[in-house]
Amino acid sequence: MMTTHRRGLILGGAALLSAPAAARAQGGGQGAVIDITRARTDPIPIAVPALPGGGGRGADIARVIQANLRNSGLFRPVDNAAFIQSAEAAAATPRFQDWRVIGANALVTGRVEDQGGRLRVEFRLWDVLPEQQIQGTAFTAPAAQWRRIAHLISDVIYERLLGEKGYFDTRIVYVAESGPRDRRTRRLAIMDQDGENNRFLTDGSFQVLSPRFHPNAQQIVFMSYFQNTPRVYLFDLNSGRSEVLGQFPGMTLSPRFSPDGRTVVLSYARNNDANIVAVDVASRAQRQLTAGNGLDVSPCYNPDGTQIVFNSDRGGDQQLYVMDAGGGGARRISFGRGRYATPVWSPRGDLIAFTRISGGQFGIGVMRPDGSGERILSEGWGMEGPTFAPNGRVLAFYRESQARGARGEGYSARLAQIDITGFNERQILTPTDATDPSWSPLLA
Amino acid sequence: MNAKILGALGALALLAACSSDEATNAAASGAGGAGAGGLGGAGMGTARPGSQEDLVASVGDRVFFDTDSTQVRADGRTTLERQAAWLARYPQVAVYMEGHADERGTREYNLALGQRRANAARDLLVASGVSGQRIQTVSYGKDRPAALGSDEASWAQNRRAVTTVR
Repeated sequence: MMTTHRRGLILGGAALLSAPAAARAQGGGQGAVIDITRARTDPIPIAVPALPGGGGRGADIARVIQANLRNSGLFRPVDNAAFIQSAEAAAATPRFQDWRVIGANALVTGRVEDQGGRLRVEFRLWDVLPEQQIQGTAFTAPAAQWRRIAHLISDVIYERLLGEKGYFDTRIVYVAESGPRDRRTRRLAIMDQDGENNRFLTDGSFQVLSPRFHPNAQQIVFMSYFQNTPRVYLFDLNSGRSEVLGQFPGMTLSPRFSPDGRTVVLSYARNNDANIVAVDVASRAQRQLTAGNGLDVSPCYNPDGTQIVFNSDRGGDQQLYVMDAGGGGARRISFGRGRYATPVWSPRGDLIAFTRISGGQFGIGVMRPDGSGERILSEGWGMEGPTFAPNGRVLAFYRESQARGARGEGYSARLAQIDITGFNERQILTPTDATDPSWSPLLA
Repeated sequence: MNAKILGALGALALLAACSSDEATNAAASGAGGAGAGGLGGAGMGTARPGSQEDLVASVGDRVFFDTDSTQVRADGRTTLERQAAWLARYPQVAVYMEGHADERGTREYNLALGQRRANAARDLLVASGVSGQRIQTVSYGKDRPAALGSDEASWAQNRRAVTTVR
C-alpha cells in the first residue's frame, strides 16, 4: 500500500514518492499494539527522537510525526528531554532498557540521507517491551516534500500500532473567509491536515462555498457565485482551472462526488422546490432523484455508492432521509429533538455524521445509518458541516462564535476536529476565518 | 418688498409642486428607513430615477419573513405592489430578487430557503404585472447578512428578499 501512489497532487511530480521496504515487519509484537477502544484512556507512550542526518531535516520530520500522533489523542509522545540513549546510537541499535525506563512503549528510529535534492528517510518502528521491530521502511522523495514523508511515517505508525489506517497524509480543502460578514470574501483554500502548506486556490473575486474532494484528491467540486449566478463547478488542482458542471436554469448547490468519482450528486433549486440530481461527470447527463414539495439538500453517498443520505424539510422541518442511489424509497432516519442537517456518510460505512439544531444550540453528532445510536459529540452556539477523515475515526467541522455587538464584533468561524468518540476536540489553525472543510482521501 | 417676498414664496410653491412626488417619497423612505440599511444618502431627492437609490427612496427595496417562513407578510405585499408600480415606471430596469436567511440555520439549507423566499417575492411582483423576464432570483442564504448582530432583531432584518437593480 505504501509503495503505490496516485499522481502527485498539486505538486504534479510523477515519481513523488517511492518506498522500497528496507525491512519488513516481523510479525508484530504485543507490547505497544493495543486495542483502539482502550485508547481513550490509554494513549500509547511513544518516543520519536530526531532522526539523524539531513542537515536538521530529521529533527523537523520527528517534530511533525510527534505532532500528528499527539493531535490524534491516541498517542503520548515522550518528552525529548527524557531520552537517555542518543538518536544516533538508537538508529544503530536501540538499547531497549533506556526507552523502557522513560516509559516509552514504542520507539521510532531511523536516519535521513540527502541525495542531492532528494531525501531518503529510513525509519523503524519498535515495540519496546518485547524488543521487536514492528516495521522498517524507507521513503524517498524530493527534499521539498519532507512533510509528506513525515505524514507517511505517521500513518505507518498509526496503522501498525492501532490496527487501522491513519489519516495524516491528507489535505483539507475549505473556504477561507475574510472581511466583514455583510461583505465577506470567500476563497477556496487547501492545506495539509495539520494546517501546514496553506494555499489559496481562488482570488476572492467571486464567492465560493461547499468544496468537496474527488476520491482521487485531484479534483474539487464546489459552488460559486461566479457572475452572480450560484452554480456548481469542478476545479482541477493540477491545472487550476474550473468549469461549470451542467446547465441548470436555477441554482445548483451542495455538490458531492460519488465514491467512484464518476457522478456528482447535488441539489437543484428551482421555483419552490430543491431536488436531488445526479450528474454524470463525463456526459453531464442529469438524473433527478427526488421530486416533491420540499427542500432536499446536502446529499451524500454511502461508501459503496448504493445509497444516498440527504436533508429534507418535506415532513415540515429539516430531517435526514436515506434513499436508494437511483432515487426512490426515501425513509426518514432522524427522530431526535430538533432539526438535522448536513449528513455525511463515514468512509467506513458504519456512521452518518450530521449537524443538529436543537434548543437554540448547534451540535455535531453521529448516528448509525438506520438512525439508531445517536450521539452528540460537540455542542455550542454555532457549528456545522462535518467531514470524515478517510479512516472514519476523526471528524472536521467548523465552529462559529456568537457576535457580541450589533456590528458583528466577536464573530469568528474556525475549523475544528474531534474524535468520533467525542473526545480530543482541537482547533485546526488557519490564517483566516474558515468554513466548509472537506477532508481528502489518503494521498498515497 | 412685498412683491419680492411674494415672488420668493411663489418660486418655492412652484418647486414644491414640481417635486411633490419626490417629497412624498422622501418622507416614505424616512419612515421605512430601517429597512434601507447600508444605503444611506438615498431619499435626499438626488437619486437618479430608475436607480437602486431611487427604488430604496421611493418604495423600499426589501420585504421580511418570519423564522423558517417563506410567506411574504402583509406589509411586504404592500411593498412589492409599490415596487411593481415603480418598475412599471421604468420598463427598461431589470432586477435581481435576492433571497436571504438568518444565521440560525445550516448554510446549504439556508441557500435553498433563500431561493424560496426570492421566488415568493418574485411571484408577487409578477402577480402585480411585472414580467418575469425582468427578474432574476438569486439566493445568498445566511452568507450576506444586512444586520451583523447575533440577536433576534438582527435575524429579523436578515430574513429578507431584496430587490436590486441589475
